[in-house]
Amino acid sequence: MTETAAAPESLLAAPDQASQRQITQEIVDLHAEYARREAAGETLRQTIYDFPPYRSSVLRHPTKNPKLVDPETIELFSPAFGQRDVAAIEADLTLQHAGEPLGERITVRGRLTDSWGRPVRNQLIEVWQANSAGRYIHQRDQHPAPLDPNFTGAGRTITDDQGEYLFTTIKPGPYPWRNHVNAWRPAHIHFSIFGSSFTQRIVTQMYFPNDPLFALDPIYNSIWRQKDRDSLIAAYDHDLTKPEFSMGYRFDIVVDGPDATWFEPEDHE
Amino acid sequence: MTAVPPKTHRPTPGQTVGPFFHFGVGYDKQHEVVHPYSPGAILLTGRVLDGAGQPVPDSFVEIFSADSDGSVPRARGARKRDDHTFTGFGRAWTDDEGRFEFWTRNPGAVDGKAPFFATIVFARGLPDKLHTRIYPPDDETALAADPFLASLEPEERATLVATRTPDGGLHHDIRLQGEKETVFIAF
Repeated sequence: MTETAAAPESLLAAPDQASQRQITQEIVDLHAEYARREAAGETLRQTIYDFPPYRSSVLRHPTKNPKLVDPETIELFSPAFGQRDVAAIEADLTLQHAGEPLGERITVRGRLTDSWGRPVRNQLIEVWQANSAGRYIHQRDQHPAPLDPNFTGAGRTITDDQGEYLFTTIKPGPYPWRNHVNAWRPAHIHFSIFGSSFTQRIVTQMYFPNDPLFALDPIYNSIWRQKDRDSLIAAYDHDLTKPEFSMGYRFDIVVDGPDATWFEPEDHE
Repeated sequence: MTAVPPKTHRPTPGQTVGPFFHFGVGYDKQHEVVHPYSPGAILLTGRVLDGAGQPVPDSFVEIFSADSDGSVPRARGARKRDDHTFTGFGRAWTDDEGRFEFWTRNPGAVDGKAPFFATIVFARGLPDKLHTRIYPPDDETALAADPFLASLEPEERATLVATRTPDGGLHHDIRLQGEKETVFIAF
């Protein structure tokens, strides 16, 4: 694999290297503080920008609240994607190489809707993930777990007329990082999602049920409400499990729209 | 106009893109909203900087804008470029100096409003997306008449207006934090 420009490896390790116990305590304290602030009447977003247990966020989060604005026309539309942009086979991450990747084959299926439950059709969903050993193909990932020559870990698809999508992949392994001593990310798949308006664009991460790392992970816990964190955990769905082939998970996604994204059906193109 | 009914579905929360997004969301010509050097093509360049003024090398910026005539692009093909269809959308990594660059066109005014690039920033270390806008500096009358820009302090407004470069392009830095912190927006 060729080297790209010098990797700023030093940026990836937090300087203080706190213990897990300290990070967990910071998480617990911040969640309690946000619960108090909400109880006192403050409106808080789901994901906290200023979340120091995630050490690399310290200099990278805005200190002022975003200004609430009325979206302009261009923000109420979204880039348009279609079958021209993505081939059907790109939704199967197990078919990108000559052989079968190692690991537990899974299918992830879900529905993309807006805040009113309406399907978001013909929009792009991109995914990326570590392999079954918890190793990313990226050359800056120095985790000494094996690369899998039959797995890259990137895929994409376009939602159908019901807003549904389906990926076939391998269950990713937990992944070590240098946020603090003995830091491990729960197994996750990154999702990049376009809504029907640019305001609805989100990038998030999907997790798997019953992961023992949930309470320890500062990224997962940058979402301070339990019910919002729960919404990122896919549900095991035996009806999606294919006999003698793959385990099935369901992960529905709701893009947030301001009221301006509500159009009467006749107004919508 | 009928009333907007109450929302029934709780939104899925966002998360950081982490450090390894390049292989996940990268694609050919992602920053070429228009073909380089084609008629009307300009370079939109800038840097993403952190609270210490240091470059953010592991971030990406997305833009979506109207064409020069003010038309809102509806054409597909923003991921598989044909080099002539204007889809309005681009995605650019930052490099080790925090720099990003797009080939695009100057956006035209939509509904008579001051034109801008709708802009989103993602980064390792940034827990969720950030929306902002990049306004070209040329039409001072339209900028002065813009109710959102008019609602800001002059130093805040300055964080949203790009600089015209001698070669006709645009330059615009995005500061995630600090003294000249970019104004970010929510809807």
